[in-house]
Amino acid sequence: MWGRRPSVETEAPHKRADPMRSLIRTPSLVRPRKSVDRTLLKERRALVEDFNRRGVLRGALTLGALTLLTGCDVSEEESVQRGLRAVSSWNDAVQAAIFRPDHLAPTFSPSQVVKPPRFNAYFDIEDLKPIDGTTWKLELTGLIEDKHPWTAEQIYQLPEQELIFRHICVEGWDYIGQWSGPNLRAFLTRIGADLTARYVYFICNDDFTESIDMPSALHPQSILATKYAGAPITDPFGYPLRLRTTVKLGYKNPKWIRAIEVTNTFRPTFWSKQGENWFAGI
Amino acid sequence: MSTEALKSTAFGRARLHPLPLRVMHWINAVAVFIMVGSGWRIYNDDVLFGWLHFPDSLVIGKFAQYGLQWHFFGMWIFALNGLAYLTYGLFSGRFRQKLFPISPAEIQATVTDALRLRLSHEDLTVYNAVQKTLYLGVILVGILIVITGLCLWKPVQFSEVADLFGNFQTIRLIHFLCMSAIVAFVAVHVTLALLVPQSLVAMITGGPVLNEKHVGTAEGDVGAPAVGRNRSAAQTG
Repeated sequence: MWGRRPSVETEAPHKRADPMRSLIRTPSLVRPRKSVDRTLLKERRALVEDFNRRGVLRGALTLGALTLLTGCDVSEEESVQRGLRAVSSWNDAVQAAIFRPDHLAPTFSPSQVVKPPRFNAYFDIEDLKPIDGTTWKLELTGLIEDKHPWTAEQIYQLPEQELIFRHICVEGWDYIGQWSGPNLRAFLTRIGADLTARYVYFICNDDFTESIDMPSALHPQSILATKYAGAPITDPFGYPLRLRTTVKLGYKNPKWIRAIEVTNTFRPTFWSKQGENWFAGI
Repeated sequence: MSTEALKSTAFGRARLHPLPLRVMHWINAVAVFIMVGSGWRIYNDDVLFGWLHFPDSLVIGKFAQYGLQWHFFGMWIFALNGLAYLTYGLFSGRFRQKLFPISPAEIQATVTDALRLRLSHEDLTVYNAVQKTLYLGVILVGILIVITGLCLWKPVQFSEVADLFGNFQTIRLIHFLCMSAIVAFVAVHVTLALLVPQSLVAMITGGPVLNEKHVGTAEGDVGAPAVGRNRSAAQTG
């Protein structure tokens, strides 16, 4: 239902097939009309949380330890993974090459907007760690001239751009959302960011990281969203600041941004480390 | 190049299934296996039909993102091999020779024969009307599944094409139905190949050597087929 991790547009590998997800969806001929039984989530909440707190790290350590062994299935799986990740990197380059910097995504009317937006995670909303907007500051690092941190108030006073567009999740679902906030290109220009740099990194709550390529960041439909459907975004959806871009899959739109870094150095991000495609353009 | 060399080249190609075609066929078999298996894994992550969930034992990729990795690897093999096949089929004249013409009366006759278990398999080199229809159909479905796949991968970059099909979920559905058609085709195709084993062998060895009856008839050639056709064209032109 409601999540607490910032890694919310998709679920962690061991939970991806979990049917315990909300079903807020755009009307479709092919969608099941009925939602799933949510009582199971409540009953198993302790178990699910246990998975979250220790499962991922423990799993990673175990897998890491196993790779030290030789000649077993795991090493074979590892080499297959290496090969597939190499293809995935090649696909990053292909996607960058076919990216049309000025081509706009289709937009929609306010009557088509789904409210509230779909939240995709596997934790209860009570586990969310909200950000205190009065003390929060947006830090700026890397290839930026004016690194003065921004308060929420300052950001909320910037000119806004509204986007009503289709959010597409890597899992296959979609909905139409209405987001507004400062245009990212205008913001990067204002703070004197090096617009010829390769990447824009977002460092978020819980050390969650995500990054996008500079051409996507400079796309006219990339914004630092502060509002949904005309009202300030609420905690589950990334308050006080999140990225919204029409040219990336859902998981490339980090919530609860704490810092923005402009850099030429590629570093794997939360999802790409788990095998998701890094570029993830749509 | 000597005439002998030309003749032997022509002779080498004049089998039911020329070598390039056999290579492309088996590459395609592997590609379809990867694409369907990984596609089922991706489907499971957000099903289109509440009653349909593919068993874990049948899918490729332990996690959804591994399924996606396989799918976006297999797509290159499927699409590039398919492009090579279409180019070959169009420019070698194979499609024209093997798949056309198809007449409704002929389809009806073939279906009647099949139901009476009177279909002839003696001459593998001539496709009956139902074979022609199915082969042509699966080629068209293959093209459609690549186009809808591109629209799912890049619904914004290719929005002009994607919009022709409808919204995102509609494109998913069409992509899924194309997969269903291909899986149904493969089921029939493999069953019949096993029932008529010489057809399976032919796809490995090349099958029967074609004589003048099968090649170059359009130009009325007799003898060394491929070379003969060129010669004929030169004479008339």
